[in-house]
Amino acid sequence: MSASVKERVELAHNAVGRKVPTMVNGKPQIPFLGARKFQPHGRKAAPAICSNKDYPDSGDKRVADLETALRKCGLRDGMVISNHHHLRDGDKVALMALEAAARIGVKDLMWFPSASFPSQKSAIELMEKGVIHHIEGSMNGPLGDYCTQGKMRGMGVLRSHGGRYQAIQDGEVHIDVAVIAAPTADFFGNADGSHGKSACGSLGFALADSIYADRVIVVTDNLAPFPCVPWQIQGNNVDFVVEVESIGDPAKIVSGTTQITRSPDRLRIAELVARFLRAAGIMKNGFSFQAGSGGIALAFVEYLKQMMKQDGVKARFVRGGSTKFLVELLREGLTDYILDGQTFDLDGVKSIANDPRHVATSPFTSYNYHGKGNFASLVDAVVLGATEVDVNFNANVVTHSDGRLLHGIGGWQNCLFAGCTILALPSFRDRIPVIVDEVTTMTGPGEMIDVVVTERGIAINPQRTDLLHAVAVQGPKLPIRPIQDIKAEVEKICGKPARPKLGDRPCAVVKWVDGTVLDTVWQVG
Amino acid sequence: MNSAVETTSPRSAEAGHWGKEVRSDLHVAFEARDSGGIEISLESRVAPYYGSAILEQTREVLDELGVKDARVAIRDEGALPFVIAARIEAAARRAGIALGKRALPEQHPLPPPSQKDRLRRSRLYLPGSEPKYYINASLHAPDAVILDLEDSVHRAEKDAARLLVRNTLRAVDFGSCERMVRINQLPLGLEDLAEVVGETPDLILIPKVEQPEQVREVDRMIAEIEERKGIIRPIWIMPIIESALGIENAFAVATASENVAALTIGLEDYTADLGVVKTTEGRESQYARSRVVNAARAAGVQAIDSVFSDVADLEGLRRWGEASRAAGFEGMGCIHPGQIRVIHEAFHPSAVEIEKARKVVAAFEEAQSKGLAVVSLGSKMIDPPVVQRALKLVERAKAMGAIS
Repeated sequence: MSASVKERVELAHNAVGRKVPTMVNGKPQIPFLGARKFQPHGRKAAPAICSNKDYPDSGDKRVADLETALRKCGLRDGMVISNHHHLRDGDKVALMALEAAARIGVKDLMWFPSASFPSQKSAIELMEKGVIHHIEGSMNGPLGDYCTQGKMRGMGVLRSHGGRYQAIQDGEVHIDVAVIAAPTADFFGNADGSHGKSACGSLGFALADSIYADRVIVVTDNLAPFPCVPWQIQGNNVDFVVEVESIGDPAKIVSGTTQITRSPDRLRIAELVARFLRAAGIMKNGFSFQAGSGGIALAFVEYLKQMMKQDGVKARFVRGGSTKFLVELLREGLTDYILDGQTFDLDGVKSIANDPRHVATSPFTSYNYHGKGNFASLVDAVVLGATEVDVNFNANVVTHSDGRLLHGIGGWQNCLFAGCTILALPSFRDRIPVIVDEVTTMTGPGEMIDVVVTERGIAINPQRTDLLHAVAVQGPKLPIRPIQDIKAEVEKICGKPARPKLGDRPCAVVKWVDGTVLDTVWQVG
Repeated sequence: MNSAVETTSPRSAEAGHWGKEVRSDLHVAFEARDSGGIEISLESRVAPYYGSAILEQTREVLDELGVKDARVAIRDEGALPFVIAARIEAAARRAGIALGKRALPEQHPLPPPSQKDRLRRSRLYLPGSEPKYYINASLHAPDAVILDLEDSVHRAEKDAARLLVRNTLRAVDFGSCERMVRINQLPLGLEDLAEVVGETPDLILIPKVEQPEQVREVDRMIAEIEERKGIIRPIWIMPIIESALGIENAFAVATASENVAALTIGLEDYTADLGVVKTTEGRESQYARSRVVNAARAAGVQAIDSVFSDVADLEGLRRWGEASRAAGFEGMGCIHPGQIRVIHEAFHPSAVEIEKARKVVAAFEEAQSKGLAVVSLGSKMIDPPVVQRALKLVERAKAMGAIS
C-alpha cells in the first residue's frame, strides 16, 4: 500500500514543543500538556453484560481450535485483536491467531499486542495481504523498519505498559477479541503463568484485555483439571479455551540464566549507580528499588547487594522484571518482597511459583496512571536505560538516533514516577554520543528524570537540588558533573555527529502515560 | 574500471578489522594507482552521523601521506579518528606507498613528565591491536597503562599495531596514568622504538631481557631519537626478565642504564624456561622473584611483580598481591580492569603501618628542627634506615590518597 493514499495530517505543538498529529487513525488526540497536567473525565469503558445461560453449566468452554474460536467470537473486517508478550520472543500464539484470522478471510484488523518481537516479523506479510491494517504496540526490528519506512496503512501508536492499560480502561482502544496465551489453564478459562512447560511467570499484561475485551480466548498447552490455581486470569472473563500442542518455545520464553555485563566500562556505570544511591541516602532500611534485566541493571543489583550487606540495610520490596539476582536478594533476606511484573529467567519463574513473597503484579497495580495511585510512584529509586538523553534530561528509548524504531516503551515511562529516576548509560556507543542537544524522539520529559550515570561521571538534574545537596554532604568522591561537561568531553573524543535528516510525515506517535501525545516518530528514508 | 589502470599493475593491501563482533576499528582496502585520483567507498555503522567526517578525514590522511591516486574501500565499525588514520597509513605502507611519511592525528596535550620512582602499583595491559580498550582505560584508574606490541599482537599485525600505538600515544587522554609501551624482543623492538618514541611514552618495557647490553641498546636508540626530535622528557625503561639466565644477570640488567626505573619478571616464560608448572601459589618462582627484588633494590630501582592470569579469581589475586608486597614488590601487572582495585588494596600499607611511619616521620622532623642527629620516639632510638623507610611509606601513602 503506498504512502500516497494517506490523508493529510494536521500537526500541533505540545507542551514540550514537539509537533504531534491531532488525529491518529481517525481518532482525535490531545497533545501532551505536562507530566501531571491532563485531567480525564467520564467513566471507564466496560464490556457488554453477559449471561451464564449462554455458557455451559459444566464450565467446559473448550472448542476444537483457534479458527473455530475466532469464528464463534464473530471476528470480522476492521476489528481489534490483541495479544501479549509474556512469552516474549518464544511466543507462538500471536501469529497462530493472526494466521487463523487470515484463513477465515477477514481484512483490515488492528493488531494490538502489548509488545511485538522479532520472531513475529511475518506480521509484515499479513499487512501486505491486507489482513492487518496497522499495529498499535511496540515495534522493532523488521516491523519497526516497516513502520518507519511509511509502509503501514495506519499510524503506529506506542504506549507504555501502564498507558496500554489506561487506553483500554478509558475506552480509547476497544478490543473486540483478546487471545491470551496461558502456560496453564483449565477448561473454564482460569489461567496461570507460573506452571507448565511454557511457564513464564506473570500474565499481568493480559489482565486489562481479559476484563475489557468483548470476547476472550485462552490458548494453552497445559490443560489442568479445574481448578487451575492461582487464577491470574479469571475464567469468568473467558469465552473460549483452545488446547494446542505448544504455545511457545521455552528456550526463548525465559533465558536459562540472565547475564551480568562483563564490560569493565558498564560495570563501572553499575557501581557508580549503587554508590550514588548509598551516598544520596536512598539506600536505607525499608527502601525499595526497581532495575530492569539489562546487563548494567543486573550488575547494579550485585553492587547494591554488597553495599546493603556492608551497611546492614534491608529493602521492603524490589520491583521486577525478576531475575535470579532479585531472587537471591529475597532468599538472603535482603528484601521482604519481590513485586514482579515480568519474569525473565528460570530462577525467577521457579521463585514466583513457589515463594509467596514473590508476587505477580499487573500494569493495573503497578503502572496505570488513570487510577487511584499505582505502585510505580512508591518506588524509591529506579534504574533505567535509554538510547539518548539531552542536556535538559529529556530521554529517548523508542528510536535510534537516526529515527528508526528500536524499542517499545515497556514500563519505562511508568517508572519515571519513582522517587529517584536514574538513567544508566555508556556515554557513547560505536562513536555515537548518547548525550545530545535534543533527543530524536521524546519518550520521557526531563522534568521526570533525575540522574544520568555514565562511565565518565554522574549528572544530576539541576531541578533536584535535594539530591545535589545530599551527595555533596555524604558523597565520598563521586564524579558529579554538569551534563554539558560530559557531553563536551565525549564530543571531543568522537567528534560532533551530524544530525540525521528525518522525514516530515508522521508514521507513529508516542503516547504519554495519560493518553496525550508526547511525540511523533517520523518517516525515515 | 578503465583498462589503462588495469595494465599498470596496481599495488594493493589491507589493514584493520571489520565484522559484527568488531568495535571501534575499521578495515581499509587500499589500491595504489598511477592515475585517476582518489576514489573512496565507505560502509559504516555510524554513516548517518560521521559518514562525511570519515570521508573528509580519509582525504586529509591520503594527502598527508602524499597519495594522489588510489582506490580506498573502508568498512568502519565506529572507529575514532586516530584509529582511522592509523589503519589507512598501515594499508598504504603495506601497499608499498607513502613509506617514510606519517599521518599523525591531532595531538592531545601531554601529561606532566613521569617521575622515576612514581607509584607503579598497577599497570593495565592494552593489546596493541584492540583500539576499543583505549579510550576508557584511564577511567579504571590504574597507575599505568601498557600499550602492548609484543605477545598480544599477532606476528602479521606488528607493523599496523605500531602505527596504532603511536597514534594512541598522541591522541588519547590517559589522565594521570603513566603511559607505557611494551616493545617486541630485539631486534624487532628497535623498529617499534623508531615509530613510538617520537610520541614520548613515559616508559618502555623490554621483554625477555637476559643481558645488560640489550638494555643499553634500547637506551641508546631512545636517546638518539630524543636528541633528533628535541624531546626533553624522560623516557624510563623497565626490563622484563623472563628466563633463568635473565635472573642470573638481574643486577647487571637493573644497573645497565640510569634510565632503568624498575625491574620486573614475566612468570609465564620463566616457568616455561625452568620446565615447571606455574601455580597460583607461586612456590616454583619464589627464588626468581626474590632475586629480582634483591637486584632491583641493590640497583636502587623498583621491583615490580608479574601478572596474575586468572581474572575471575579475585581472592587468589588478593593473596598473591599481599604476598608480593610482603616480599618487597611495589606493584604488578593487570590484564583486566577488574583486577586494579584488588591490586591497589593489596599494595596498600595497613593503617597500623601508616600510623607508625607517621610517628617516626614526626619524630624525625622534630629532631631536625632541634638540630639533633639522633631521632628518638618515646624511650626508643630510631635507626636511620627505619626513618628512611618511614619517609618513603608516608610519601607513598600520600600518593595513594590514603593520607593528606
